[in-house]
Amino acid sequence: MNSSESSTALKTDEATMQFGGLVAVNKLTMDVREGEIYGLIGPNGAGKTTIFNILTGVYEPTGGDIVINGTRVNGLKPYQISRLGVSRTFQNIRLFPSMSVLENVVTACHRHANQNIFEAVLRLPKYFKDEKVHHEFAMELLEIFDLAKYKDEGGTSLPYGKQRRLEIVRALATKPKLLLLDEPAAGMNPSEQEDLTGLIKEIRDKLNLTIVLVEHNMRVVMGVCDRIQVVDYGKSIALGLPRDIKNDPKVIEAYLGD
Amino acid sequence: MSFWMKNLPGALVIVIFLYILNMMMSSSGFFGMGVDNYTARLLVFIAINIILATSLNLINGFTGQFSIGHAGFMAVGAYASAYFTVNYGQGIVDSVAFLGETGSTSVVLLIAVAIGAIVAAIMGLIVGIPSLRLKGDYLAIVTLGFAEIIRIVILNIDAVGGATGYQVPGYANFLWIGFFTILTVVIVHNIVKSDMGRALVSIREDELAAEAMGVNTTRYKVISFVISSAFAGIAGVLFAHYNKFLSTNDFQFIKSFEIIIMIVIGGMGSMTGAIIGAIVVTLLPELLRELPPIDLPGFGVVNFADLRLVIFALILILTMIFRPQGIFGTREFGLSWLKRPRKASEGTASVGGTGGVPIAEDEDAKHLTSDGDKNE
Repeated sequence: MNSSESSTALKTDEATMQFGGLVAVNKLTMDVREGEIYGLIGPNGAGKTTIFNILTGVYEPTGGDIVINGTRVNGLKPYQISRLGVSRTFQNIRLFPSMSVLENVVTACHRHANQNIFEAVLRLPKYFKDEKVHHEFAMELLEIFDLAKYKDEGGTSLPYGKQRRLEIVRALATKPKLLLLDEPAAGMNPSEQEDLTGLIKEIRDKLNLTIVLVEHNMRVVMGVCDRIQVVDYGKSIALGLPRDIKNDPKVIEAYLGD
Repeated sequence: MSFWMKNLPGALVIVIFLYILNMMMSSSGFFGMGVDNYTARLLVFIAINIILATSLNLINGFTGQFSIGHAGFMAVGAYASAYFTVNYGQGIVDSVAFLGETGSTSVVLLIAVAIGAIVAAIMGLIVGIPSLRLKGDYLAIVTLGFAEIIRIVILNIDAVGGATGYQVPGYANFLWIGFFTILTVVIVHNIVKSDMGRALVSIREDELAAEAMGVNTTRYKVISFVISSAFAGIAGVLFAHYNKFLSTNDFQFIKSFEIIIMIVIGGMGSMTGAIIGAIVVTLLPELLRELPPIDLPGFGVVNFADLRLVIFALILILTMIFRPQGIFGTREFGLSWLKRPRKASEGTASVGGTGGVPIAEDEDAKHLTSDGDKNE
């Protein structure tokens, strides 16, 4: 792997998130290279989801810098960060409940919509062209994740594992360069987890993505990640290749105690 | 342009239908067939209420922002356009007299509609930008407050009659009122079934996820609020120019609640629901009037018509208990109902248990407390 030569997709420089007296993320420095699958692991409450929330603008970090694809994103709103090519899934699935599978995905094509309100109201040819492009693109993505046959079902009526996959599809519909996956394998059975591992690699290669994932399932993490960073109490305690992390005494201590 | 050609015959049929109905309402009638004044008036108010319900549905039903100040924007449209017609209407009628009486008054009405819509939209922008930062109950209270402020301000402007009311020329006929009703329904429908509509619904469904998918939620909330206000303004213009008399009593918060009741009964987030709701709420007081008075022990003889508000409240409570998503929920009644089962919406109904907007908001709240995500 020659990722050391490629450029940086995401960089945090001593990023800190403090809630009153609680420091959820403490001077965290990350350096994710383009095209990499980067694992973020740590015990419960280590601050992993908070890291995602400051990366995507849900919270504004109280200290440090976050640079995504060369742009400093501190203080930007989530939709502005989304426009820089960042997309995410949520730990607790946040699909749009009343929409069908297909509608969920098409809604996320919003960033690339090429129709204004007048074209939509007057139903001009540009509107129909634009709708067709998005529906076809959404179907392509659903095809990759084997969800195309459920396109008219309610998004939240799918089984849990498929909802997780649908959320990834929805995130991909924004055509991101950086994809943040928050526990994508949670609630999946072992065979679904295996599929997902393959899919994550596949979409990385097919769509030229950089992927950061938070995950508790070590089989998935070890199977898919190029590098892994371990966080505990908001601090980075280890960073390296999966096999090194597995044997790092500090990591073992954080997970198992002394 | 094939879309337009395809729908042209339908549009023509509607125009002819409106024209005939309009003729029937006039004193001469249509080949001897006429509609009496009472029925005509009822049809007009149904049409105006459909405009109000459909436009309120855009912000309440589809965007999920609970605004209850719709009558305020209706008042703004009504009074702004009435001021224009009273002061400049006759001059314009005279200068385009070659169009005939109906033609020249129609010109004035169209300008009045444009003015009413624009002024109401501007008012919507002024009210919307600060208040749409709030959510749920807080937004409801603020919009209600703004609507009352608007009404009280108008009440104190002597140029539009103040407390004595305001005489307006009756330039609106059913042809135009029906036209604007259909226009409103078509425009709102086309907005909802577009990229913008999906963005609005995504805000209702999950604001945090919508933002993460690149939707500028604040912007879309304000746009939908402004469009909604503009149509309320149009309804106000038509009301003013049909009723020929404006009093601020017509725009009290009771009117706002009436519009809310229409969309709650019909189903928030359903176009057909809003239309059905508007018809039901307009006709119900008239039907109550038909009922004979009863002798309630302890209350004396009571007319059902006087119990209008009590009965509305009762219907609202029963709806909330037995069918919180309204008659249609977020579904639409149309030809597609007959063609294929609506799997998508059925699925939602079974998952949410009850469906409907308030429930969805509750679930959001649960998500928030469970993982500490910030929903701004």
